[in-house]
Amino acid sequence: MVHEETAYESLVHAHGDEGHWVFGTGFDDPLAGVDTSVPPGVDRADLGAYCLMLGDDALVLSQRLTEWITRAPELEEEVAIGNIALDLLGQARLLLARAGSVGELGRSRSLATGSVPDEDALAYFRDADEFRCTPLVEEPDGDFAHAMVRLLVASSFRLAVLARLRGSRDPVVAAIAAKGVNELTYHRDHAARWVLRLGDGTDESHRRAQRAVDAIWPLTAQLFTATGVERRLVAAGVAVDPSSVRDEVRRVLAEVLARGTLTAPPEPPDAEPAGRSGEHGPALTELLSTLQGLARRHPASTW
Amino acid sequence: MVNVMTTTLDPRSVAVTVTDPELPMLTLDDLGVLRDVRTADDGTVVVEITPTYSGCPAMGTMRADLVHALHAAGFGDVDVRTVLSPPWSTDWITAEGRRKLREAGIAPPGPAPVRDAGPLPLSLGPTRRTASCPLCGSPDTEEISEFSATACKALRRCRACREPFEHVKEI
Repeated sequence: MVHEETAYESLVHAHGDEGHWVFGTGFDDPLAGVDTSVPPGVDRADLGAYCLMLGDDALVLSQRLTEWITRAPELEEEVAIGNIALDLLGQARLLLARAGSVGELGRSRSLATGSVPDEDALAYFRDADEFRCTPLVEEPDGDFAHAMVRLLVASSFRLAVLARLRGSRDPVVAAIAAKGVNELTYHRDHAARWVLRLGDGTDESHRRAQRAVDAIWPLTAQLFTATGVERRLVAAGVAVDPSSVRDEVRRVLAEVLARGTLTAPPEPPDAEPAGRSGEHGPALTELLSTLQGLARRHPASTW
Repeated sequence: MVNVMTTTLDPRSVAVTVTDPELPMLTLDDLGVLRDVRTADDGTVVVEITPTYSGCPAMGTMRADLVHALHAAGFGDVDVRTVLSPPWSTDWITAEGRRKLREAGIAPPGPAPVRDAGPLPLSLGPTRRTASCPLCGSPDTEEISEFSATACKALRRCRACREPFEHVKEI
């Protein structure tokens, strides 16, 4: 058999002279060959919006995690964070590609050039008001304790949702969820062990971990409130009502906090899920300027 | 581009020789990533592969390597499709794949955890994974880091021969 000299050459071979979409993901449609038809009785716009909610949570958290590369407390932790961020980015790619496959592209498609795949158009050419992520994943990390407490809360929620989505009537969402569950299980374990270690560590690490818990708890106010899209898709057998995972998530968090000698603040009152309809603070805009700057400045760049 | 078939080989016999970009001592077949090879009614060779992890960055390279190998062997149109379900498991790594991993100094995975439909349990203690040293065979090894150069491996050290080694994590 014939081997290419490098992975780059094999990609050139696969794509002829088309060049490469600068952001490095144009290699491959992550849903190439997957049957993307929509089950009967499922609204395409709702399915697309739901995939953006799930995908944007993963994309934005992945970007926040990668900010730790070169800044993590140990080399092994950089590798761990890089791996976790890559898993989440993979989940985001699949979910954004699923959204694109049902036509959920918003303004992004008109801004991105034709050669940009749908998933990249969605990631790089939507403004903050078109992102459907929850505030929990948006805030910058002040310190490493904040990063690990946030990862614990976000992965506990996402794992509980995706575990249920394995039974979704949309076979693509069900398959993405089944893969994601295997990954999120060790993301959550990794974060939980750090929260334990920091909480039950030195006075300083305990103080920082408790400060992170106190800062992050209010960010969960929107987490368990269903949107109209979710309620309709729950009725269609496609989505999970986030309020149905509340008890499970709270139990997991209570167990980790107790073992880490940390105190759970009072639960914030449920708030309208404004993030899911595009209302975000300045932190997301700042994050997107980093994530999207190159793509927008040089929209047709290739390498 | 029209690719005309110029071979009577079984396309599977070619696809099974294509190696993994990140674990080049293993074929995609050894790894359980190659799910199906068949010839469609119109003569197109249809290959199905599944990603190990959602973020596997090697899928594009695998696709290109498969297409290239099949073209080089004289096959015409090749359609490499992704299958996501059921999710890949290390249990799909073949006995031959495990032997090759060990020979390359990488400890093969044990049985994958069984996950049922209920809530997934936390594991707060050190991981209970075990792996014998692929270099000296000692079972007395410890985990250095749950993550390694690729998503699918952990980093361990042998307490007997003191050598560090990689271990393909059960998933």
